[in-house]
Amino acid sequence: MTEAHIELRDVRKAFGPKSVLNGIDIAVPRSHSLVVIGGSGTGKSVMLKCILGIVRPDSGSIRIGGEEVVGLSGGQRDKVLSRFGMLFQGAALFDSLPVWQNVAFGLIQGKKMRRREAKEIAITKLGQVGLGPEVGELFPAELSGGMQKRVGLARAIAADPEIIFFDEPTTGLDPIMADVINDLIVDCVKRLGATTISITHDMASARKIADDIAMIYKGRIIWQGKAADVDDSGNPYVEQFIHGSAQGPIQMEVLRP
Amino acid sequence: MQTGRLVLGLLAEIGRVALFTKDALFQGLMPPLFLRQTGDQLLRIGYFSLPVVGLTAFFTGGVLALQIYIGGSRFNAESLVSSIVALGITRELGPVLAGLMVAGRVAAAIAAELGTMRVTEQIDALVTLSTNPFKYLVGPRLIAAVIALPLLVVVADTIGIMGGYIVGTRSLGFNSAAYLKNTVDFLEPHDVTSGLIKSAVFGFIIALMGCYHGFNSKGGAQGVGRATTNAVVSASILILAANYVMTSLLFNE
Repeated sequence: MTEAHIELRDVRKAFGPKSVLNGIDIAVPRSHSLVVIGGSGTGKSVMLKCILGIVRPDSGSIRIGGEEVVGLSGGQRDKVLSRFGMLFQGAALFDSLPVWQNVAFGLIQGKKMRRREAKEIAITKLGQVGLGPEVGELFPAELSGGMQKRVGLARAIAADPEIIFFDEPTTGLDPIMADVINDLIVDCVKRLGATTISITHDMASARKIADDIAMIYKGRIIWQGKAADVDDSGNPYVEQFIHGSAQGPIQMEVLRP
Repeated sequence: MQTGRLVLGLLAEIGRVALFTKDALFQGLMPPLFLRQTGDQLLRIGYFSLPVVGLTAFFTGGVLALQIYIGGSRFNAESLVSSIVALGITRELGPVLAGLMVAGRVAAAIAAELGTMRVTEQIDALVTLSTNPFKYLVGPRLIAAVIALPLLVVVADTIGIMGGYIVGTRSLGFNSAAYLKNTVDFLEPHDVTSGLIKSAVFGFIIALMGCYHGFNSKGGAQGVGRATTNAVVSASILILAANYVMTSLLFNE
């Protein structure tokens, strides 16, 4: 068994009376791709934010490469964060900056690289997600949703991170563009050899990018296994989720007439 | 029951603002600073506020001259118009009105901008790009506002006194040279500097409230709208309250 690159043990988080994470246990080996599936509001995003340190867990342990990161502050946390890249659900591009500065942002502000040098890297990274250098001069508002996602991906990989998070990478895209993004993710991750955690509720995307799949429900991991095994998990929750059926153990809180 | 909840809510809010202020000061203002962003904010907060601050000061100076003339004539004290306009503008109305106008313009703009960045996860994105949002967003705005407000007040003082001068000489029949001489003779350096000190504090309040409400906005468009309103209202009230406290301290001697 290889040592886990990212390891969460009994991570709990509550917002006021509402507990969101009820003891998450998960381990991702180096250069593996884990996809976390689960419905809306089950704690997927909060889990990622806990690992990044944007949200502080109430209890539990989070280790990155064996180093405990819960409770780090200041310079130490910046150091850990410099190993991360993240693609946000809505791309989260800075709309006041042109595309190339968005991609180069972590290099210029975080790593204090010279602008000219950073621009060259940004254009290379844009090329890796299939965008030409002329796109670099546009502003995010001038791009379509799919292009914004690709710029977001270029920004996430710009600093060659060892860990990348994808927050619903295909949500809101047409199926063809979704597949293009999936291919790019697989491609970029392979090239970098990065460890990734993706959260999604798009099963097509999960099958394509995952080595392992875990399902989160009510703030707990209820199933975890190889991506190929997800169809015969024998877990009624997973079965219901992958078939997208309203009938099953997961009951949505919908008032019926 | 209801009162208890209100008091607890208020105390919790004060605590949150205090913690935010601590982060703003100890993370946002520690070197290295983002000079490019600070310059940009200086332009937006200072330079682009010039028209609104100038116009406000001009009309306030003018109306002050009219009112003091009317009030003064009841005691045969019309000759005091120039000195009271100068005192009123430099000590009170210049800083407070400039502060309130900039609160409306800038606190709202900051809250809307940072609020949108919050709800579209741009602030979280900064963190993942190894950039401290307090350093990149809050620090430059605080520094720029604390520098810009006193400069704006210098302009407001000048234009306000000029507004009084124009009304005084054109419609109230004062002699131009005598008006100016009275203004200069009665004004003490302390009148101007106390106003400038106040305005630096107002600048801090404006940027802090804009950033605080922007950072803590939730939900979508409605949340950002609420953050904007709260930023302007809280900045204005805090300016007026701080003005009273500072006036009682600064003019105590």
